Amino acid sequence: MPADWRDFYALTKPRVMSLVIFTGLCGLLAAPGSINPILGFTAILCIALGAGGAAALNQWWEADLDAGMKRTSARPLPSGRLERTDARDFGIAISAASVGVMGLAIGWLAAAVLAVSILYYAVLYTIWLKPRTPQNIVIGGGAGAFPPMIGWIAVTGDITLMPILLFAIIFMWTPPHFWALALFVQSDYAKVGIPMMPVVKGERSTRRQILVYSILLVPIAIAPWLIGGTGAVYGIAALALSLAFLALSVPVAFRQSVAGDTMRPEKRLFGFSILYLFALFAVLVADRVLAHYGVVG
Amino acid sequence: MTPEEEREFRHRQKSRNLALGGLLLFFAFLFYFITIARM
Repeated sequence: MPADWRDFYALTKPRVMSLVIFTGLCGLLAAPGSINPILGFTAILCIALGAGGAAALNQWWEADLDAGMKRTSARPLPSGRLERTDARDFGIAISAASVGVMGLAIGWLAAAVLAVSILYYAVLYTIWLKPRTPQNIVIGGGAGAFPPMIGWIAVTGDITLMPILLFAIIFMWTPPHFWALALFVQSDYAKVGIPMMPVVKGERSTRRQILVYSILLVPIAIAPWLIGGTGAVYGIAALALSLAFLALSVPVAFRQSVAGDTMRPEKRLFGFSILYLFALFAVLVADRVLAHYGVVG
Repeated sequence: MTPEEEREFRHRQKSRNLALGGLLLFFAFLFYFITIARM
């Protein structure tokens, strides 16, 4: 039976892709200079396709693990709606297409960084590090940090400190975001043997590390303002959002779950972390728009 | 294959072909507009 096209669509992890598209678009809009709207659309499309390809390759490799976890058991591969080789070929095809189109339409530097981001997620993270080290999320966070950098490079054609800082923000944000989730779904990870931080190092260590990354996120988030890359609108908003993030991570850091725990502080931190990233990048664009029209700085 | 399975097979085949055709058409237009934009 041929697989339904919706199963191929599900392989691209559309919900994750929405964040990728958003941060990529923000990187593109916040970059100095301008880009033809058709080329800008193409750049975002390639970033989305690249992320979708990497997600498909991730699910191809982890089909057996996904089958053992409640959260992922309904995905197209573990549920048997799609052949593994189809998922692999689909992932390779759209990844290659995204890099090729990016190179031809936008530039080969943006295409090279896109290729690195796909390989980083599909090979370095999924195949190599995720099953081997509890630091998998720290290193894997790099994969999700590439989109704004690629969006920026699509406009400017070069790598400066600002796109590196945008990368660093998502890199620092990922561990507390994901570990907050891992704290309330840890039994699933333990079941399939993924060395997620709460499983291997225990809750106490994970909670302290959430706090460490939340503290580090504050200076990293306001760094674009400190180096003069953005205006005060971004700086003040980034400071307020990062301090709120830190405030929510403190109760998570200094508690221990008990049997039947509702894990409300962890769920609150996880929920806010998503809002945080959307708000931070939205303000980054707003700051640029306001500066462009001479409203501020 | 039962008649129901046969029907489901055809239905899926058709929807995949339509999706692929739509995708190819989209990329044909996209490449056309990229060419215009880069001129």
